[in-house]
Amino acid sequence: MRRILPPVVVGVLALLLWELFVTLGRVAPFILPAPSAIGAQIVEQRRNIVEAALASGANALVGLIGGTLVAVLAALAASRFLVLGEVSIPFAAVLNALPIIALAPILNNMFESTSSVPRRLVTGIVVFFPVFLNLLRGLREVDPVHQELMRTYAASGWTFARKVRLPGALPHLFTGLRQASSLAVIAAVVAEYFGGLQDGLGARITSAAAFTAYPRAWAFVAGACLLGLTFYLATLLLERLAMPWKRRFTS
Amino acid sequence: MSELASPAPDIVPAPERAASVIVDDVTKVFNQGRSDEVLALSGVSLTVGGGEFVSLIGPSGCGKSTLLRLIADLIEPTTGTVTVAGRPAGQARRDQEYGIAFQQAGLFEWRTVRRNVELPLELRGVSKAERRARAEEMLELVGLADFAGHYPGQLSGGMQQRVAIARALAVQPPLLLMDEPFGALDEMTRERLQSELLGICAKTGTSTVFVTHSISEAVFLSGRVVVMSARPGRITASIEVELPSRDEAGRQAPAYFEKITEVRQALRS
Repeated sequence: MRRILPPVVVGVLALLLWELFVTLGRVAPFILPAPSAIGAQIVEQRRNIVEAALASGANALVGLIGGTLVAVLAALAASRFLVLGEVSIPFAAVLNALPIIALAPILNNMFESTSSVPRRLVTGIVVFFPVFLNLLRGLREVDPVHQELMRTYAASGWTFARKVRLPGALPHLFTGLRQASSLAVIAAVVAEYFGGLQDGLGARITSAAAFTAYPRAWAFVAGACLLGLTFYLATLLLERLAMPWKRRFTS
Repeated sequence: MSELASPAPDIVPAPERAASVIVDDVTKVFNQGRSDEVLALSGVSLTVGGGEFVSLIGPSGCGKSTLLRLIADLIEPTTGTVTVAGRPAGQARRDQEYGIAFQQAGLFEWRTVRRNVELPLELRGVSKAERRARAEEMLELVGLADFAGHYPGQLSGGMQQRVAIARALAVQPPLLLMDEPFGALDEMTRERLQSELLGICAKTGTSTVFVTHSISEAVFLSGRVVVMSARPGRITASIEVELPSRDEAGRQAPAYFEKITEVRQALRS
């Protein structure tokens, strides 16, 4: 309770200040709508918000899972074959510097306009890098004592990877996943700004803004915010479930 | 066993039982041919008999850990041969002829205590039921049966080291290799674990090679203390230790103090 109460109080106060600022300051709604107006839109549009959030959420989830799977396999391969690792890190760094969202219009043209594939591809690519780079770092940081022990057990490279490298790298994997989970939602929403199938939160935000229905646009932004939060919290929960030794140790 | 594969027929094994370890005229050079070349061991020969407890003692850099790692086949000798349980060290390692424990417990934090002890058995393909039974037995031996379900992070340093010893013993190896396993522990825990280790070795008939830089520890534990000196690492003395008993009384016996003095003098010369 003591941990939850202060942020809630601060949040409510901030909303009140915002409301007062907008009404007393006569701020035009296209600059900043009042929270009450946004709230009213959230209630009115709740069906649409949920529907659009489910569509965007599905895209983000598919991209997140796909991107993570490829990243895990790539990191395993890169840690297993030293040369591959040396080569892949600068490549990954260069590709990571690319604004991947900028690929969305190109990908949209490569597929039919009714296809969800482009958005999921963009999300998958965005997810790949934080997971790959973090996991690879974890896979390489093997305790030298563990390394010697596994040698005395005459363990093969694959056994070593499965029993020592991978579980030892789980904390790093989840560091990557926590970044990736938020990025996945952002990518899935923003990819819609560049065309393709228009059934998610991104499309709703652009169309509401195009009709100057700013409170409605903000209502969908709030939906995107909640979706991102859901993904982040789900990742945290998964992290606790996957690493029981950390939980028991710190609690 | 030793006459089958031993490449060193001129070395006579300990009289009662076949030799567990034979190190024959081993030299180890690190970074050979480079400017930072180091002669870590020079002309080292050592035989450890079956059931014998041998300590290696010497100043830092004398190559005692290097010698242990050669026996464990974690590194290879530059010249000379290492024979463990009658076969080349590499073969003995692949056959898991020895258990090993280091200064750091090196437990796998994501495995419970029981599953840490089970790991070497798991890699040998031992069945699940047998693995579990053996792990429980080993944990009983080191007095940690009640902690089987804990994670290493929940245990003290001394308890973690006991788990590491249980793990080293899990495959019931004929040889135990220990590299300063009690080095990071406080004196009280250390003495208790020393007594426990002696009990375990006596019960299981395991031969032990024990690296330490504590003179009293070496004398209390060993049947023989091998003294080494640095630059280049070589064996300078081999001191047989006979104590009336290996317990509290043994720690206060005149023979104990005499041997401590003898080892200290051997280290100085």
